[in-house]
Amino acid sequence: MIADFDYQFFIEVLVGGLLSGVMYSLVAIGFVLIYKTSGVLNFAQGAMLLFAALTFVSLVERGVPFALALVATFAIMVVISIAIERTVLRPLTNKPPITLFMATLGLSYIIEGAAQLIWGTQVHGLDLGIEDVPLEIGGVLISQFDIFAAVVAAGMVVVLSLFFRYTRIGLAFRAVADDQFAALAVGLRLPLIWATVWAAAGLVALVAGLLWGARLGVQFSLSLVVLKALPVLVLGGFDSILGAIAGGLLIGASEKLAEVYIGDYFGGGIESWFAYVVALVFLLIRPSGLFGQKLVERV
Amino acid sequence: MTFLSTLKAAALSAAMIVSVALPSAHADEQYFPLQSYRVGPYAAGGTGFFGGFIDYLNLINIRDGGVNGVKLTWDECETQYEVERGVECYERQKSHAGAAAWNPLSVGIAYAMIDRIAADKVPLITVNHGRTDSTDGRVFPYVFPLLLNPYSETSGIVNYIASKEGGIDKLKGKKIVVLYHGSPYGKETIPIYELLAQKYGFAVQQIEVPHPGNEQQSQWLTIRRAKPDFVVLRGWGVMNPVALKTAVKVGYPVDHIVGNVWSNSEEDVIPAGDAAKGYTAITTQASGNSYPVVKEIVKTVYGAGKGNLEDKSRIGSVYHNLGIVNGILNVEAIRVAQEKFGHRTLTGDEVRWGFEHLKLDPAKVEALGAKDLFHSINVSWDNHEGEGYVTFQQWDGKKWNVVSDWIAPDWALLRPIIEKSAEAYAAEKGIKLRTADDANAVTTN
Repeated sequence: MIADFDYQFFIEVLVGGLLSGVMYSLVAIGFVLIYKTSGVLNFAQGAMLLFAALTFVSLVERGVPFALALVATFAIMVVISIAIERTVLRPLTNKPPITLFMATLGLSYIIEGAAQLIWGTQVHGLDLGIEDVPLEIGGVLISQFDIFAAVVAAGMVVVLSLFFRYTRIGLAFRAVADDQFAALAVGLRLPLIWATVWAAAGLVALVAGLLWGARLGVQFSLSLVVLKALPVLVLGGFDSILGAIAGGLLIGASEKLAEVYIGDYFGGGIESWFAYVVALVFLLIRPSGLFGQKLVERV
Repeated sequence: MTFLSTLKAAALSAAMIVSVALPSAHADEQYFPLQSYRVGPYAAGGTGFFGGFIDYLNLINIRDGGVNGVKLTWDECETQYEVERGVECYERQKSHAGAAAWNPLSVGIAYAMIDRIAADKVPLITVNHGRTDSTDGRVFPYVFPLLLNPYSETSGIVNYIASKEGGIDKLKGKKIVVLYHGSPYGKETIPIYELLAQKYGFAVQQIEVPHPGNEQQSQWLTIRRAKPDFVVLRGWGVMNPVALKTAVKVGYPVDHIVGNVWSNSEEDVIPAGDAAKGYTAITTQASGNSYPVVKEIVKTVYGAGKGNLEDKSRIGSVYHNLGIVNGILNVEAIRVAQEKFGHRTLTGDEVRWGFEHLKLDPAKVEALGAKDLFHSINVSWDNHEGEGYVTFQQWDGKKWNVVSDWIAPDWALLRPIIEKSAEAYAAEKGIKLRTADDANAVTTN
């Protein structure tokens, strides 16, 4: 039986799963940024991703050059981030996390609605100029586009990690995440920090939106990719960028292998819920995730 | 749709909703309650279909002054393709007098309405979709899956693949993979593919893609390993472009993928870019704007500034043309019913009678300006599908091109299965099977 096992196919599924996982990580990183500084699970991240991709592709289709459209979209995301901070987050400072979570839930519907209101409901193709034909490496087919996405994700992790660890504003982010009252007491400007981190999440949404948009087309369903990020966050930890990457890889690989090798025993189509099974098991064993910060509270 | 035009549409919708609330109905008006979806995940399809439907109703009003002088009216209620909103719209719109038929273009909403419309005696049109056994008019007097039910679609696709292989006997020994959406809609044809595989001697492997279908790497690697001769794509929404892109990614030839009727629109291929070139899909109505009826809509309706599509480049798209064909079928059913009951506002039950006598042969279709847009329809009191023919279109990167003749599904093979399923439903619900005499008894007020 083992002699009949198709190792090459196994490797192909595994590599494909790992590369898909990187795409999940890209979305998860946006969640991590917000959670790290405000303790809020930003449910609007998927809607931001949709808005960014739709804005970009609509500008390009109206004849705006690629680079200019990229800059303009980022500028729009920054404006939106500042508006969110002013109108939603600032009035809710020091409110319980569930209140802020509900606010982001509401925001996601508002952003989705605004995206369709402004840019219309049509679906769009998005060509980033990267071939999506397979490369054959040792008999295993690997997508060029997925490799590109993995490189982008790796680059983003490195930049964000350095930013948080070595810059003053990065340190300020971490201070705010630890204790908002203390951060305010020592003179940190909470509104500025929140606006900045939402702008950074907007940048992540733009990058993830472009990569996912090139894969799926730019359409309403883009906002549903958040569902792929949630098990990644549970597994990797809500406040760890490295955890988002590791979680993405694990979820991607395990769901693809499960679909191919045990899917038939359950009637097929198991990968969407299998990811949550993996996440739930991790949650039971390690509630803060693989790389998440363990909370220690004095009672 | 731009921001301003959307606001304008919203204001118009609000005005129309107000008009619904008012007791209305002229003696010479026939009303269509439209449970449309112009926002939300499926808005692209909704705007095309309802746009085409409204464009045709407008054509009849502007060009002919209505159907034999009876003006067609309608209003829209936004469902966002959600079942509970669809039911809410139904409850809101049903009080309007003179309702001709419901056309929600949503399997979920249609299922939720079946008992309600039977009680209210107003037809429910599920063109190209809906539950297959509603074809049996003995059990479902008010439901009409016009032109194509899912079983006929399956048979049509297999017949097309057979024609590509050189005949039905050449299917023996071939392998077909069906990649289906993980939903009741996607699963509905599983037994029929098994049945046809047994009958014609081909192997079939059916693989599920979980909703919404934005990840298909494992499914396509499995397909590559299975090395099928053809893949049938029974998708919906984002699943379709992702399937085409992933097929290219794993090196499967796109020209060996055949899409079903909900994988056949521009919205399914444009997001896939070059990966969709060579992809073929089934349809009951050809796309394009060269058909006389479409040209007339452009000239008469859009010329008068009453066109429903903001983006005129979508005129003649798959969903727009489906809406036009749906408009033709609804209007002609009213015309048939008017010949029996008089040129006046009809009751829902009278329109039901009209649908049950809707017979448009190719000559009549040509007279309606729809030659080659769709083939024909032959509805009867017990066959609510109406023996629609199908054709196949191939995407060249910019537009769909028809690549087959009109193909007839194997209705004789499918009918006993449909009847068995419908009878089981009747037994479960305690429904007495209707006879031809029952079908001729019509409520006229």
